[in-house]
Amino acid sequence: MAILRIAGLRKSFGATEVLKGIDLTVSERELVFIIGPSGSGKSTLLRCINRLEEPSGGSVHFDGLEVTSRATELNTLRRSMGMVFQSFNLYPHLTALGNVTLALRKVLQKPREEADEIGRRALAEVGLADKAASFPNELSGGQQQRVAIARALALGPRIVLFDEPTSALDPELVGSVLAVLRDLKAHGMTMLVVSHELRFARDAADRVVFMDKGQIVEEGPPSAVLGAPREERTRAFVAELLR
Amino acid sequence: MQPMTAWERFVETFFKPAMLVQYWPEILKGMLVTVEIAAAVVVTGLALGLALASLRAYRLIGVNALIVVFVDVFRALPPLVAILLIYFGFPSIGINLPSFVVLWLVLSFVLAAFAEEIFWAGITSTPKGQWEAARSTGLSFSQTLAYVVMPQAMRLGVPPLTNRTIAITKNTALGTVIGVGEILNQATTAQSFTGNATPLMMGAIAYIVLFVPVVALGRWIETRFAWRRA
Repeated sequence: MAILRIAGLRKSFGATEVLKGIDLTVSERELVFIIGPSGSGKSTLLRCINRLEEPSGGSVHFDGLEVTSRATELNTLRRSMGMVFQSFNLYPHLTALGNVTLALRKVLQKPREEADEIGRRALAEVGLADKAASFPNELSGGQQQRVAIARALALGPRIVLFDEPTSALDPELVGSVLAVLRDLKAHGMTMLVVSHELRFARDAADRVVFMDKGQIVEEGPPSAVLGAPREERTRAFVAELLR
Repeated sequence: MQPMTAWERFVETFFKPAMLVQYWPEILKGMLVTVEIAAAVVVTGLALGLALASLRAYRLIGVNALIVVFVDVFRALPPLVAILLIYFGFPSIGINLPSFVVLWLVLSFVLAAFAEEIFWAGITSTPKGQWEAARSTGLSFSQTLAYVVMPQAMRLGVPPLTNRTIAITKNTALGTVIGVGEILNQATTAQSFTGNATPLMMGAIAYIVLFVPVVALGRWIETRFAWRRA
């Protein structure tokens, strides 16, 4: 069943049109990878889905709600859409547990004990049960990104949007974050991932979407898009990255 | 009678025992007044500065223009001028304020003006990603400001704020020109009665006794808040 339906989505920054009419549907439990050269609009697409960027046109429907409607209570909607950023964006003044529980306490109004319990469980899910009391600057990049994932998971989202989650990591730390994604996939989490990790996409993704210049050029199962691309642009991009 | 030696003259001028005994209660009274006003200025000045910086974060055009005008005026104006203007000028338009209230208000406004700028600098230097991460978890603008951005802005602001706060609380001495009974006022009054500088020296010592611990505290706060910067 479709949980996310994007139709004719457009976004312009001044005179520059970054998204030129995107149509994309994501089903429940699906892991969809968005790939494409930098500047192709992948991150903007992701950020339009939870309206961190305001779309210029088109519509986004999520879980029966029209995201793009003015009447939609954005803060309520965002609880059920987790987001993970390239640069982690952990709160430096809070511990790992504090990072994970802030929204639980302030948005969902959970009492501290309950929030802490949920937070510890979320940290355990990403393999960081023992780091609850650590501050972000005491953690490696891979650990920080896993805390950021736990922060998104703690709210019980129906989908998690990943914006290049491994691009800022040293190569030896990428695996630990991808392992978390694999684990989430096994637990049936719906995920939309902007990433250049094509090898991971080939193994784990249900579908790969190739974007270029603000449009979806090609989409399909990884075996097709990565294995036997139809479009020349896709072929060139994939060949370059998998070399 | 033998002429005084230089040392005796020095002691007679600055540390005359009879005067030390006679005037220490006055100086002590002045210290209490100084502490009271300084504490009130710190509390209201920092709170007002924080409130103004928070308000400015909402970027309401008219409001922000007013904040900037307020801040620039009180950063530019010598506090002594504002004190004299309000204390001697305002009664003519029907506003009579007690001298300690005038001193408290002016110094609070000056501290608020500087504190606003310091907090504001902290707010604008907090990375955009912090806002985005917080908003993506459903926190509202105000919650993000209060729980994510402000704590970081305040931490960044601690070193300049401590310096500024110390500088402005020392300005309580300006109260002497409008008759607030703080340290300097007690000291100059005694000095004019006696024609001797001993009360002034007592006042100077009183300031050092009061403010050296404050300076030390400021240094401690600075090191305390510096270590965890990511």
